[in-house]
Amino acid sequence: MEERSNSPAARLYRSMYLIRRVEEEIVRLYPTDKIKSPVHLSIGQEAVAAAVCDHLDKTDVVFGTYRGHALYLAKGGDVPRMMAELYGKVDGCARGKAGSMHLVDPAVGMMGTSAVVATGISNAVGAALALKMQRSKAIVVCFFGEGATDEGAWHESMNFASLRKLPILFICENNFFAIYSHVKDRMAGPGLRARSRAYGIDAELIEDHEPMLLHERAGAAVAAVRSGAGPRFLECMTYRWRDHVGPGEDRIHQYRPDDELDAKIEGDNLKIVGDLLPGDLRKSIEDAEEKRVADAIAFAEASTFPEDQEIYDHVFSG
Amino acid sequence: MARDSRVFVMGQGVDDARGMFGTTLGLHREFGAERSFDVPLAEDAMTGVGIGAALMGMRPIQVHQRMDFVLLAMNQLVNMAAKMSYMFAGAHKVPMVVRAIIGRSWGQGAQHSQAFHSYFMHIPGLRVVAPTTPHDAKGCLIQAIRDDNPVIMIEHRMLHNVKGVVPEESYEIPYGKARVLSPGKDITIVGISHMALECVRAKHLLEAAGIDAEVIDPVSLAPLDISTIAASVERTGRLLVVDTGWLSCGASSEILSEVFERIGERRHFVAKRLGYLPTPCPTTKILENLYYPSPQSIAQATYRLVRGAEAPAWQPGKVDSAEVAEFRGPF
Repeated sequence: MEERSNSPAARLYRSMYLIRRVEEEIVRLYPTDKIKSPVHLSIGQEAVAAAVCDHLDKTDVVFGTYRGHALYLAKGGDVPRMMAELYGKVDGCARGKAGSMHLVDPAVGMMGTSAVVATGISNAVGAALALKMQRSKAIVVCFFGEGATDEGAWHESMNFASLRKLPILFICENNFFAIYSHVKDRMAGPGLRARSRAYGIDAELIEDHEPMLLHERAGAAVAAVRSGAGPRFLECMTYRWRDHVGPGEDRIHQYRPDDELDAKIEGDNLKIVGDLLPGDLRKSIEDAEEKRVADAIAFAEASTFPEDQEIYDHVFSG
Repeated sequence: MARDSRVFVMGQGVDDARGMFGTTLGLHREFGAERSFDVPLAEDAMTGVGIGAALMGMRPIQVHQRMDFVLLAMNQLVNMAAKMSYMFAGAHKVPMVVRAIIGRSWGQGAQHSQAFHSYFMHIPGLRVVAPTTPHDAKGCLIQAIRDDNPVIMIEHRMLHNVKGVVPEESYEIPYGKARVLSPGKDITIVGISHMALECVRAKHLLEAAGIDAEVIDPVSLAPLDISTIAASVERTGRLLVVDTGWLSCGASSEILSEVFERIGERRHFVAKRLGYLPTPCPTTKILENLYYPSPQSIAQATYRLVRGAEAPAWQPGKVDSAEVAEFRGPF
């Protein structure tokens, strides 16, 4: 049982199931208005963060985006403190000052997320520079959407990371849409792998609905970066089931065909991974994660709001 | 850098033969190429790189030969550096120094002469220092390097060659402490950065008119030492603020309104501001001379403020601003 429950599929399922269920609970709770923070859900995209983070140590650091719940959870971020943060409570990971868009847990290497697209990418490169200067064995993984690659900051960051052979893995979660703008309306040329290679960075694309392949290729990329071979780039095709922001579906906006979304939901990565597991193991994972989610919500409910004077705290350090 | 191995210097040209006007000359030889290095022309990402390194415990110093280029880094400075501590409730800190050098003279023109200190003063989470004297420049830089917060250090190009007494030993200049450069009783003149020097010259010109001006250098713009300035205005009843920058929504507006809030209810005082003319900086010398406040124009404005509009005309004497007159380009 011990070996089975620690297989890659079991670990992946545990992580993805937690992400899915936390976000489904956010959807359920949102109408109560207890979560007064814009939420950008990763439902449908769980496999990317879960597969990559499974290969990381606690001392490895990750930088993410405002669609950051999945990354926070996959990197081992504290679940009750995340829920309390969404509730704006004092026990939140940033005492209610961050909300959904700026989750952080440095204790597990979750360095934070930015709401300004592409803005965290160069910070991740800087962290990799620091690790190299400190002769650390740890690496940096930088997550961003394909929309971020429109920004000059991505190009500047790729160039410098390659120039200095920094220990950083770039993970592009390509879900096709920047809000409702399709990538084909935004991107010229032969695509992101070609762009990455132009900067001297090895690049690979992994199609959606291949979670175990994604897991394997992410492992190879992490190992390469850790060996000192310099940066790597993975373009992970994925799909967002829900609206860009908020808990709802977004079929009403008609920016993507219904049958395209239906096919993605049909090919659910969570189900693909779950089906690889024996029924009893799958059930025991689900039961354990359900309890974690319920406990986290109870923790958030029970926590209090910050005192008024906290508004002045932490403008400066020290 | 010798004291703290976490400190490093990055910026375009920090390790070249000019060494950032001599301020970083030889650091790469003394401390190694890893701790003093050239960067791609990518102010946005390179500022982000500095922030990321700071998050991991390093203490970067970023240098910009011209402050105009810092505009390309505003996203990182405003959205990230200034927010990291607050947004993550103290989980992160950004011990980083950004040295921004303001150009002037020898035809720097519209895009090599701008001073944006007020932009940064506007942002909670950033410290802004603008030392004038060599003594304060050293102390402010040391303080900035040792601080756990992002610090924008404003350096006026004209001040780089000004000489003054600088102690050998290491010392820090605390934030939020203005310096009375020269005491006086008739009017309070606040001069920012290079203008503090011009204000001292104006003070000497004003002696001929029998006016005794007090000249104050704020040194630190965020936080601002309004107490020292307001106490002076309370005595003199007059305030002239001379900025190394434009007036509208500028540092001079901030100083004037804060002084008014502090003492306006109990002390009537007259006030005026001087700064760059409300135009882009012209390149040709004949127009550039009009663009900047000078000891003469500062003295003239002071005279009117002290003696009133009805007083007979007065012509200040001539004084050389050596660092301006003697400056030679091309850069």
